[in-house]
Amino acid sequence: MVMGNAREGQVWITIQTHQNIVAVASLKDLAAIIIVKGLSPDPDTIEKANIENIPVLSTTMDTFNITGLLFELLKKE
Amino acid sequence: MKNYRADLHIHTTLSPCGDLEMHPVNIVSQAAKKGLDIIGITDHNTTRHCPLISKLAAEKDIFVLMGVEVTTKEEVHCLAFFENTDALNTFQEFLDASLPEILNVPEIFGYQVQVDEKEMIIYEEPRLLVNAINKSLEEVGAFVHALNGLFIPAHIDRKKNSIYSQLGFLPDDLIADALEVSRHSVPGQFAAAHPEIKRFALITSSDAHYPDNIGMTPTGLILGEPSFSEIKMALRGEKERRIMLL
Repeated sequence: MVMGNAREGQVWITIQTHQNIVAVASLKDLAAIIIVKGLSPDPDTIEKANIENIPVLSTTMDTFNITGLLFELLKKE
Repeated sequence: MKNYRADLHIHTTLSPCGDLEMHPVNIVSQAAKKGLDIIGITDHNTTRHCPLISKLAAEKDIFVLMGVEVTTKEEVHCLAFFENTDALNTFQEFLDASLPEILNVPEIFGYQVQVDEKEMIIYEEPRLLVNAINKSLEEVGAFVHALNGLFIPAHIDRKKNSIYSQLGFLPDDLIADALEVSRHSVPGQFAAAHPEIKRFALITSSDAHYPDNIGMTPTGLILGEPSFSEIKMALRGEKERRIMLL
């Protein structure tokens, strides 16, 4: 789904922590990955993210709340 | 060396989506009727029906590959098979410790029952077995291999719960003994469209949830005799043992 729909420069909010998220983000030139619900990226995900220079952020919020928060912030601009 | 007909992906009444006619006695009689020599028993996240089916099948000269269809953290379905009940039981403990405590609602998801050889229900699994366990694809694969088992990502051609649907593409460093293509695709065509799977052995199986499905798109295995180690050799193409897609 992300492979088909994501566009360059977007931030990807996901519950997936597998190393493949870095490759997908790199391929689609995404700005960053945000992992939700306090989950940590798998160890090889961090390793790949450092190589590919993809920022991987983590939040304790769930997808609904982090998306809402970002939406509100962007709306103010 | 002989060609054995194998269907390595069969669900039982323990899988909520498995038909109530998929009890051990009936699976074995259907497998015999379909001319199968080898069957794989692979319920969602449980191995509890394997020993009985293995015993019943042996009486009809059918070899059982005892296993499970694991749902990994990424919601990728993977088949795992073990050589003996010790390894199987160790893996069952791993599954019990990794499955979330979410109860099944039989009216919605279906019954998850263990049935004995007299066709009586002897156990009902309370937790919903189709849920993802809290272990990654790599962690599951590594544990299966630590137990000398076989690790085979399931129905890789499907649009849900497959390695492609969940991860976008095959991880470069994937360690697997084979990949399974479902009965909804032609393995040769799928392989032609996905050259990266060339380094893996391919099998096809029925993923049967109903008795009629058993034996659809079986895999031919050229073996000296039906056994775990011979099947392992066939997946690796060693000593003239090999896979023959039917």
